[in-house]
Amino acid sequence: MLAESGSMQGLIDLIFSPSVIFLGSSAILAAYLTFRRALARPTAAVFAFFIFTAIYIWLCTAIKDHDGRLIALFPDNFPITLMLYSTFSLAWLGLWKAVQNDDRVARGEPLIEAGADDKVFTWPDLVYTELICMVVATAAITVWAIVLKAPLEPPANPMDIPNPSKAPWYFLGLQELLVYFDPWIAGVLLPGFIIVGLIAVPYIDKNPKGNGYYTFSERPLAISLFYFGFLIMWVVLIMLGTFLRGPNWNFFAPGHQWDPHQSAALLNINVSDIFWIKLLGGGLPSNFVIREMPGIVLLAVYFILIPVALARTLFARLFRQMGFVRYAIFMVLFMTTALVPIKMIFRWTINLKYIVGITEYFFNV
Amino acid sequence: MSIMNRVGDWITGSQIWGSIFRHGAPKDRRTRAMVVLTNVFLHLHPVAVRKSGIKLSFTWCMGGLTFFLFLVETISGVLLMFYYRPVVEYAYTDIQGLRAHVTLGLLREIHRWGAHAMVIAIWLHMMRVFLTGSYKPPREFNWGVGVILLVLTLLLSFTGYLLPWDQLAMWAITVGSNMARATPVLGNEGPGAAFLTIGGAPIIHAGSDARFGLLAGTFVGENALLRFYVLHCVAIPLAVSVLIAVHFWRIRKDGGISGPL
Ligand code: HEM
Repeated sequence: MLAESGSMQGLIDLIFSPSVIFLGSSAILAAYLTFRRALARPTAAVFAFFIFTAIYIWLCTAIKDHDGRLIALFPDNFPITLMLYSTFSLAWLGLWKAVQNDDRVARGEPLIEAGADDKVFTWPDLVYTELICMVVATAAITVWAIVLKAPLEPPANPMDIPNPSKAPWYFLGLQELLVYFDPWIAGVLLPGFIIVGLIAVPYIDKNPKGNGYYTFSERPLAISLFYFGFLIMWVVLIMLGTFLRGPNWNFFAPGHQWDPHQSAALLNINVSDIFWIKLLGGGLPSNFVIREMPGIVLLAVYFILIPVALARTLFARLFRQMGFVRYAIFMVLFMTTALVPIKMIFRWTINLKYIVGITEYFFNV
Repeated sequence: MSIMNRVGDWITGSQIWGSIFRHGAPKDRRTRAMVVLTNVFLHLHPVAVRKSGIKLSFTWCMGGLTFFLFLVETISGVLLMFYYRPVVEYAYTDIQGLRAHVTLGLLREIHRWGAHAMVIAIWLHMMRVFLTGSYKPPREFNWGVGVILLVLTLLLSFTGYLLPWDQLAMWAITVGSNMARATPVLGNEGPGAAFLTIGGAPIIHAGSDARFGLLAGTFVGENALLRFYVLHCVAIPLAVSVLIAVHFWRIRKDGGISGPL
C-alpha cells in the first residue's frame, strides 16, 4: 500500500513540474486548435469541463501551505477559480462559434453574425439586456460578499517578511517569469512589451478578414498567438505561481508540505561558461565584452538572421502583406515573446542562467 | 378609469414630470428614439443597434460588466473613504473598525471582490474583442484606448491592495514595486543606470530612481501609503473616467459594436 502510494506520488511529482505543466498545456492547446472541429463540440466541451473540474478539485484539496491551510480556499484566491472557469469557458465558446462560422463559410452559408442591417431599437432591446445583466451582477457580488470575508492579515510589519512573498494574483505570471529572467526583463521590459505590443496589434495585423465575427480559419496565426499568449503564458502561469510556488519561490507538487527550509540545488550556467570553459577548455576572459561575445552573437543571430530567414520562408506571405517596417516591429515583439518559452526550455534542460550575463552592469539576458 | 391610472396620468401630466422627461413613454418609434437622444446617460448608446451585435453570445456583455463594476467600485469606494484614513497609525485599525462596527459591513467585501471581478471582466472583454477581430479598422484607436484602460485597471487594483496596511498589502506591494528598481537606466539596479554620473557621483541611486518615485521613499512606508491612496482614490479613477468616456464615444463613432462588414 505504502509502496503504491509512493509511486503514485512519484508520478504526480513527474507531472507537476513547471516544464511538464507549461509544455503539456501548450501541447493541449495546440491539439485543441488543430482538432477543433471535433474537440470544440459542446459534447466534447462538457466532457473537458468535467475532467478539468475533477483535476481542479483534487488540486485544491491536495495543495496546502506550511500551516496546512488549503491555498485554493484563501479568500483572495477565489477569484482565480472564477477566472479559470470563465476564461476557459469563454475561450471555448469563442472557438466553437469560430468553427461554426468557418463551416458556414465553407458551405457558402451566411455567418452567424450576418444581417448587418437588421437593426433594433436601443430601447427596449439593449437597455433591458443591460438592466438584467446589472441585476444579476449585483446579486452575484452581494452573495459573494456575504459568503467570503475580505482577508485581513496581521498589521504590516517591515521586520517580518512572509515567505513566500507574493504579488497580487493577477501579476503572478510575471512573478513566475522572475525564475527565468532578471527583474529588468520580467518586471519591466516584458510588461512594457505586452502593453506596446497589444496597442500595436491593429497596426501589425493587416489581414482584412475576420473583422467583426468569430473565425479561426481566416486568421489562424493571430488567434493561435493570442490563445497561447493569454491562456498559457498568462493564465497557466498565474495558476502555477499561486498554487505550486511555495517558500523561497520553490516548486512544490501537490501532496508536498511547503517546507521553508527546502533548498533547490541550483547549478546554473551561462552561455559564456559553456563556450569558454566547456567548449574551449580554457578560463573566462576578464574583459566582459569578450567574455560575453558568444551570447551576444547568439542574440544577434536570433534577432536578426532568424527574422530574415523567416521572411523568406515561412512568413514570406506575411512579409509581403506587412511591408518592412511592420514586419520589423512584429518580429521584435514576436521574437522577444518567443524568447520566454525558449529560455524556459533551456533552463529545464541544461540549467541555462544567462545568455548574456554582464552582471557588472545588471545587463543580464 | 382606475384610480391608479388617474394618479399615473396626474403625475405624468404635471409640470415637474414634463420638465424632466420631454416625451411620452417609449412605446413607438419616435419616443423610443427620443428616450435615448434626450437622456445624457442613455445617449452613450446609438438609437438603434445591430441585432447580432448585442446578442449575449456575441459580446458576452463583458465590456458592459466592466463598466458596471467600475461604477460599483466608485460608489463603494467613496463610502469607504468616509471610514478610512491613509496614515500608518490609523489605516489598519480603520479597516478593523469597518469590519467590527459598521452595520451590514459588506462595503469592504463588495469593494474588494468587485475589484477582482473587474480585472477578470476586462480580460474577457479584451478576449472577445480580439477573437471577433473587432480591433481591425476602423476600431484600431479604440482598441488602444482599451489597452490603456486595462493598464489603469490593473494599477487601480494594485494601488488599492496596499491600503488595508496588513502583511498581505505591504509585502505584495514590496514585491511589485521592487521591479521598478530594475528599470533600465532609471532604476538603481537597472542596466545602464551606472553610466549616468556627474563627476563620478551616480545620478540614479536608491534615493532618486524609479522605485523612489513610485513609493516616495526607499521602502513601503507612510509616504507610499499616502501616494497610493491619492493615486487610488483620485488620480487613476479620474483618468479611467475620461478614457471610458472616450471609449464609449468612439464605439458609436466607429459604427457601433462590430459586425461583419
Ligand atoms: C474600463 C475598461 C473598459 C470598459 C468599461 C469597456 C467597455 C466597452 C463596452 C461597453 C463596449 C461595447 C461592446 C461590448 O460590451 O463588448 C466596448 C467595446 C470595445 N472595447 Fe471596451 N471596455 C474597456 C476596456 C477595453 C479593453 C481593455 C479593450 C482592448 C484592449 C477594449 C477594446 C474595445 C473595442 C475595440 C471595442 C469596440 C468593439 C466592438 O464594438 O465590437 N476595451 N468596450
